[in-house]
Amino acid sequence: MTTWPVVLAGCAVCYLAKLTGWLVPHAVLERPRVVRVAALVTVALLSALFAVQTVVDAGALVLDARVPAVAVAAVLLWRRAPFVVVVVAAAVVAAGLRLAGLG
Amino acid sequence: MSDAARTTVLRQALSVGVASGSYAVSFGALSVAAGLSVAQTVVLSTLMFTGGSQFALVGVLGAGGGGAAAVATAGFLGVRNGFYGLTMSPLLGPQGRGWRRPFAAHMTLDESTAVGTAQLALHPGRRDLVRLGFWATGLSVFVFWNAATLLGAYLGDALGDPRRYGLDAAAAAAFLALLWPRLVAALSRGVAAVAVGVALVLVPVTPAGVPVLAAAVVGAVAGLLPARAGARAGAEGGAP
Repeated sequence: MTTWPVVLAGCAVCYLAKLTGWLVPHAVLERPRVVRVAALVTVALLSALFAVQTVVDAGALVLDARVPAVAVAAVLLWRRAPFVVVVVAAAVVAAGLRLAGLG
Repeated sequence: MSDAARTTVLRQALSVGVASGSYAVSFGALSVAAGLSVAQTVVLSTLMFTGGSQFALVGVLGAGGGGAAAVATAGFLGVRNGFYGLTMSPLLGPQGRGWRRPFAAHMTLDESTAVGTAQLALHPGRRDLVRLGFWATGLSVFVFWNAATLLGAYLGDALGDPRRYGLDAAAAAAFLALLWPRLVAALSRGVAAVAVGVALVLVPVTPAGVPVLAAAVVGAVAGLLPARAGARAGAEGGAP
């Protein structure tokens, strides 16, 4: 199974990222520009992952039950609902729509 | 008085751990739905032990992306933990050096950093509470995170077809929930919008995994542009 090397390499890379903060001299990482790049790269990655997970299926753009499910999730986040409520609500909306033969 | 403060910190650490557990159940189920085994799912929670990167790795693999793209996406999302380590290392002092350093690094998370540094404002001068908050929250999240991942993985395994139960929509909602608190600043919202556009334009013409990594470039470029008042707020909006 080729997934194991990916899992272990991912773990190693993420651990090294954590450890770097404990080893690197402060002057290097505390530059405001470095901090800003790190924060905005995180925003960009999460945004892209969200978009791809919402409207991409097998390498093509597809609008299906995930879109209304995510819209409900956004409303719940706006109303400050807890993480698990948001995730379960999205699953229930998508599953319900598919059960009804939509999306 | 000081004992009451320590009890409050421990209670906070426990509740943050329980909350993270509910989140790890989703991760376990989504990871198995994305095609990983129960063992691989649990290893991610034990060894990677940083939620955003774990969701990213299984998300890219589940979408048919290559291993290199999955590792790179998880790694870039894990970079913020390096900054948390940088924040915590002077606060922990000797507890973050020597044989304890590799453990302190592993416990470096959004949650442990947030609870630890929160004590600075609540109890100025009480470094012992900062250290207690960091270690207790890290360990509490570790226990609940891994137990809940195992539960979620078996649940996901038993459910079968992930689409039927809307688990693909749940994964999208999970990324949105991770993103939401980082969208406070206008610059962050602008970067998010452009990143979405870049990723979706590239989807039909590049292999899976590439659109997400290309979107990361948007964030890097925006961060490197000359700082303005709004740009400064953007960096603060990304903090936990």
